[in-house]
Amino acid sequence: MSDHLLTTRGFTRDAAVRLLDLAEDMADTQQRQVKKLPTLRGTTVVNLFFEDSTRTRISFEVAAKRLSADVITFSAKGSSVSKGESLQDTAQTLQAMGADGIVMRHPSSGAAHVLATSGWTRAGVVNAGDGTHEHPTQALLDAFTIRRRRDGDDSRGRDLAGLRVVIVGDVLHSRVARSNLWLLTALGASVRLVGPPTLLPAHVEGWPVTTGIDLDEAIADGPDVVMMLRVQRERMTEAFFPSAREYARLYGLSVARADALPSTSLVMHPGPMNRGLEIAGAVADSPRSTVLEQVQNGVAVRMAVLYDVLAGERA
Amino acid sequence: MTLITGAALADGTSTDLRVADGTVVGLGRLTREPGERVLDADGLLLLTGLVDLHTHLRQPGGEGAETVLTGSRAAAAGGYTAVHAMPNTVPAADTAGVVEQVAALGEEAGYVDVRPVGAVSKGREGRELAELVSMARSRARVRLFSDDGSCVADPLLMRRALEYARIVDGVIAQHAEEPRLTAGAQLHEGAVAADLGLKGWPAVAEEAIIARDALLAESTGARLHVCHVSTAGSVDVRRWAKARGVRITAEVTPHHLWLTDEAARGYDPRFKVNPPLRTDDDVQALRAALADGTIDAVATDHAPHPAEAKRSEWSAAAMGMVGLETAVLVVQAAVVDTGLMGWPEVELAMSRRPAAIGGLTGAAQAVQVGRPADLVLLDPSHRRVLDTTHLAGRSTNSPFLGRSLPGRVVATLFRGVPTVLDGAVRAPEELTAGW
Amino acid sequence: MRTLLQADDVRRAITRMAHELLEHDPDVDRLVLLGIPTRGAVLARRLGEQMTRIAGRPVPVGVLDVTLYRDDLAGQPTRATRRTDVPVDLDGAVVVLVDDVLYSGRTVRAALDAVTAIGRPAVVRLAVLVDRGHRQLPVRPDSVGRNLPSAKTERVRVLLAEVDGEDAVTIEDGDAA
Repeated sequence: MSDHLLTTRGFTRDAAVRLLDLAEDMADTQQRQVKKLPTLRGTTVVNLFFEDSTRTRISFEVAAKRLSADVITFSAKGSSVSKGESLQDTAQTLQAMGADGIVMRHPSSGAAHVLATSGWTRAGVVNAGDGTHEHPTQALLDAFTIRRRRDGDDSRGRDLAGLRVVIVGDVLHSRVARSNLWLLTALGASVRLVGPPTLLPAHVEGWPVTTGIDLDEAIADGPDVVMMLRVQRERMTEAFFPSAREYARLYGLSVARADALPSTSLVMHPGPMNRGLEIAGAVADSPRSTVLEQVQNGVAVRMAVLYDVLAGERA
Repeated sequence: MTLITGAALADGTSTDLRVADGTVVGLGRLTREPGERVLDADGLLLLTGLVDLHTHLRQPGGEGAETVLTGSRAAAAGGYTAVHAMPNTVPAADTAGVVEQVAALGEEAGYVDVRPVGAVSKGREGRELAELVSMARSRARVRLFSDDGSCVADPLLMRRALEYARIVDGVIAQHAEEPRLTAGAQLHEGAVAADLGLKGWPAVAEEAIIARDALLAESTGARLHVCHVSTAGSVDVRRWAKARGVRITAEVTPHHLWLTDEAARGYDPRFKVNPPLRTDDDVQALRAALADGTIDAVATDHAPHPAEAKRSEWSAAAMGMVGLETAVLVVQAAVVDTGLMGWPEVELAMSRRPAAIGGLTGAAQAVQVGRPADLVLLDPSHRRVLDTTHLAGRSTNSPFLGRSLPGRVVATLFRGVPTVLDGAVRAPEELTAGW
Repeated sequence: MRTLLQADDVRRAITRMAHELLEHDPDVDRLVLLGIPTRGAVLARRLGEQMTRIAGRPVPVGVLDVTLYRDDLAGQPTRATRRTDVPVDLDGAVVVLVDDVLYSGRTVRAALDAVTAIGRPAVVRLAVLVDRGHRQLPVRPDSVGRNLPSAKTERVRVLLAEVDGEDAVTIEDGDAA
């Protein structure tokens, strides 16, 4: 039982495995004739999205509804919030309205942490992405997807010991990369970050990872998983890289690069993809790609997280 | 007349001291005269009043955070008798009219000598030179010029400012921050920023400007002062420039002498400041540089903000910390109690050198007969956990709340009048009544 | 703490329940036992083995976790879920829910929701090793190992060798727990 889910940093192996197992149980219920569970009946979950993210918002909405929670979705863009209302006022308003859980996407790193520790609300807080900091449910669904591909029906109780993962691209601005590196290493995997020096954080000595600037070298090592990060085209105007063409040539997962991987290696992408930039369309659609499974598994994983944060007594 | 008995001077010698008409009139072993007030300073340390080169009083325009009066009270509470008020007000202090207004408000408040700093550029916009000479020759007698809050980034404007300020032997105080390298920056570019996903403020953005400005100062023969030096690399640049004979001085803030970016891990905006808190290596280098004189002065960068400006997510929060009330206590913790500096060196760094840089000819340059009685009495043996009742300004955004701090300001005398007695700031009407 | 049933008593009770359940529903082909974790699942397995031997035909046994269907999750520490394993199609089946202790009836209510989410059985029956009374819902077992009237303050525990190292049923004062 957790009060909040803000980060994957500090997860123990056992806590991570337990949450993934819970997600397996949730996934099982989604194979039933009646998919809706009464678990969170009477619980109010607010989806508070200060940033557009249709897929994450819908995934959380479906997860909460499958658990019978009352779901209020609040897209803060264009609301009073964008007219200067502070996070404090929004949080206190939601508290007054009786929110038990707040799922928040926010452009500012640490916003979920501030919401959870401020005392403005007693609601359980689930971080659905905070700035360039973390996106813990994405990491959980990625780990869940890898484990299912690796161990199938026999996934429960297992970690990812020995798994070798390469995360490629704009690590500097990626909350997905941060949450994944903490979670995957907690589960026993080794993680290598690969990208242009301009898009790798300057000081990652404290991270349990290796870094590199050569994708072909990383692929020649035969990793079990290659996780491609979305590259935003705006980065070009900020001189992080000169052109889409050169980026794709250096760091894009082309068909040739994918063919150089061991046949069992997985290719992952958190979406939405820039086909032809960080990943070739044919690779994204190939059997080794888990892109659609990641989306599917998102609901079960988020059901598990909502259950974990909201089902029991609150501190 | 007032007799202060049994005080220890910075060098450790014990003395009595007599004050009359705002001036020190006696030193040594003195006998109480009939009717004379006695202030028992046994066990207390007596220093010349502290002088801050870098204070944000927020008036005009930011009265919700601080006013000249409330900031003056905060200064007195911290043992200060003079402060230099930065010009990033609304409107900016970029004309004789505004600096005279600030100086007049300071005189009216009466707690400290409020010395306005003039803007380098009109509106602090970094484009056109402000009327430096008019400000210098106004009643405010401006000596320091700064666009603080913003860097004078344009090398041409910086060169012209240095040259032009020579007319009045002015000092350009640079906020060294290359703006292109720090666009959107939130925290020192290092391991903590990487972990927290906050945009980094690289050390080189400060060091590159200091190096450039040192060369400009050298080629123009002008005087340069570097505000809030925060990195080990900046110390090296300063040392190099000094060795070349550049007319350059530098200040460091108390918070950069003690806190590191690790404090930001909880995303508590009280630790958000510009330049940002750096690493422990930087802290150690800054302490050593202050101790060996490479850094000349401690300046607070007292930056009050209303509570709501700090009650938010990190990136929306304002940058800055209040610091006047705690400066000498933090300095004691950082460099005195650690054995790096003695009190004579602290007196130099917090009173005499900043007074010289700011051109405060009328201020106490030493505890001497015939000098103005701008004095502070400290109790270095005291220790307490800081809470908001220990703050005297309008804002409470101190990073030291909840921390145990050594030392206590027992009394502050400004031109012979106690502004603080028994550790409490006196009310304005008490000031006019004298003792 | 008092021991109410010894290992032999538990064994005999299970054997008698196996016979009783087959008398109710002799058509083994339609039968499936679903045990509710933790000890209900162990009991279901033992019952299934006995029934398979008696009937001479395999009686399928599964596990039904009801945690997510409970109505008493709030205000308690979060319950861990267990894997549900239903080996046959439940549509038209005769489902026997198996649990160790029948008390308020709330677990059984949750189990009925869980079963009907999975399929539409022809019949659902209930087998429990111990019925200790104090029902809060209109639930009646079809097969009971032993009726043990108890006070609400008392705590009845079923111990099974696979989980607890021994077979027994004990009772203790709530305060002593």
